[in-house]
Amino acid sequence: MTVAQHALRPDPSGVPSTAPGVGFSKRPHVTIRGLSKRFDTAVIYDNFDLDIPRGELISVFGPNGCGKSTLINMIAGLIPVDAGEILFDGMRLDEIKFGYVFQNYREALFPWMRAFDNIAYPLKMMNVPAAERKARTEKLVAHLGVKIDLNLYPYKMSGGQQQLVSIMRALVVEPEILFLDEPFSALDYEMTLFMRDQLQKLFMESGTTMVLVSHDLEEAVYLADRVLLLSRHPARVADFKVVRSARPRTDATLSDADFVQTKAHCLDVFQREVRRA
Amino acid sequence: MNTKRLEVFLPLIGVAGLVAIWSGATFLKLVDPVLLPSPASTFDAFWKGMDGRLGFDFAKTVYRTAMATVIAAVIAIPLGIVLGASERVYRSLEFVIDFFRSTPASAMFPLFLVLFGVGDETKISVAAFGAILVILFNVAYGVMNARKTRLLAAKVMGASRLRVLFDVMLLESLPQTFVGLRNGVSLALVIIVVAEMFIGSQDGLGHSVFEAQQLFDMPRMYAAIFAAGALGYGLNLLFLLIERRFVHWSGK
Repeated sequence: MTVAQHALRPDPSGVPSTAPGVGFSKRPHVTIRGLSKRFDTAVIYDNFDLDIPRGELISVFGPNGCGKSTLINMIAGLIPVDAGEILFDGMRLDEIKFGYVFQNYREALFPWMRAFDNIAYPLKMMNVPAAERKARTEKLVAHLGVKIDLNLYPYKMSGGQQQLVSIMRALVVEPEILFLDEPFSALDYEMTLFMRDQLQKLFMESGTTMVLVSHDLEEAVYLADRVLLLSRHPARVADFKVVRSARPRTDATLSDADFVQTKAHCLDVFQREVRRA
Repeated sequence: MNTKRLEVFLPLIGVAGLVAIWSGATFLKLVDPVLLPSPASTFDAFWKGMDGRLGFDFAKTVYRTAMATVIAAVIAIPLGIVLGASERVYRSLEFVIDFFRSTPASAMFPLFLVLFGVGDETKISVAAFGAILVILFNVAYGVMNARKTRLLAAKVMGASRLRVLFDVMLLESLPQTFVGLRNGVSLALVIIVVAEMFIGSQDGLGHSVFEAQQLFDMPRMYAAIFAAGALGYGLNLLFLLIERRFVHWSGK
């Protein structure tokens, strides 16, 4: 619980400290202070504090309707906060580059553009000249070793390929932080397993801070450096559990004693929070 | 493999069947030959007519329908986008649009006759009036029902409001816009043909059908009806082909 307590501890100076041993090895990337949000009468967040460490993949997990997606949507500016402050290295959202991957890739991609142009679109919004857009997109594709025909329109692609295009579109701006809202839950199981490993590869290569909302505990633990376990709303940090398994994680990791124990612990916390209702 | 290739010709069976029944009926004199001429004499009237008077009437009707549709599209598409972009504006005008959309455009003939006289202007403007409301309604609906995720995705990538309108909403509304255009052109044709029958007309397919009926020239009347049918079918097909070419993602 020490980690959770650390994450919850308000910082009087406004610059969160790093407590050796239990805290982050580096300065936190995102600092959330006093976050409040209500939908009609339901209080989803009430004076919520959280530090997100830099360069780590954080999975957000919790009971249904606890506000997992609401959290990343507020951090990514998709929905307004009622109160509170969210800073990235002390900067506001509009001062940083970030990426967002939606669950529904079919509706998030632009069907009137070829996959390549979809990926390059955020660069256009940043007023990058056409030639450089093309070069940067090609560089990203080559770097990731993606073997899909990007001249296709999205609707000609499989679900997994479309979501891979979505993720590339989010990565092309070289974001400082990437948000993923249940990115694989619309895919079949076989594709989900494949995409998990693709995402892990992307994470290991880019070192970008990633915040992933998942409704699948195994996936949440498998991908994460830390699992953020939320309580029922108003959401509190029930635990911020470090996952120690080495990367790259593989199928063997799933039966690894350390992994199994971490997952069991997370399940315990989750069950406790579910029953609390 | 062979049967697959032959399936392309399936629609011809219906045509052949219709012609066969029609031939049988006239050959066996089941129907008064004055009321139902044989397929051959009808086709003959169509063929000769398209080379002369019927062809001229056909062209007139095409011209009027096209004018009405173009005018309607030019007015309705920008207006529909403005309406659809703001749900409040749309809701406040929805009833008025819906009311006039439900009003038979033919009921407006007398009013437009007073306004524009008996010339082409009246026919074209009544048809345009009908088509405008149909297109407007569909465009506004298409813009309003733009996928929310797609709008959010554009916003998250830093697109401005104007950019979202042009890069996303406009393209999102295109499939529905084409539904409006196809319905609009069909309605325009209906109104034009009716107008050509009754409002002191000198030409057009409606006039052709009406005149042939008055002269009891049945082959010519059927020929004109088929010409109108072919025109309606052709216009619909034309818009479908344009849609398939430019809105390739429609329904996908």
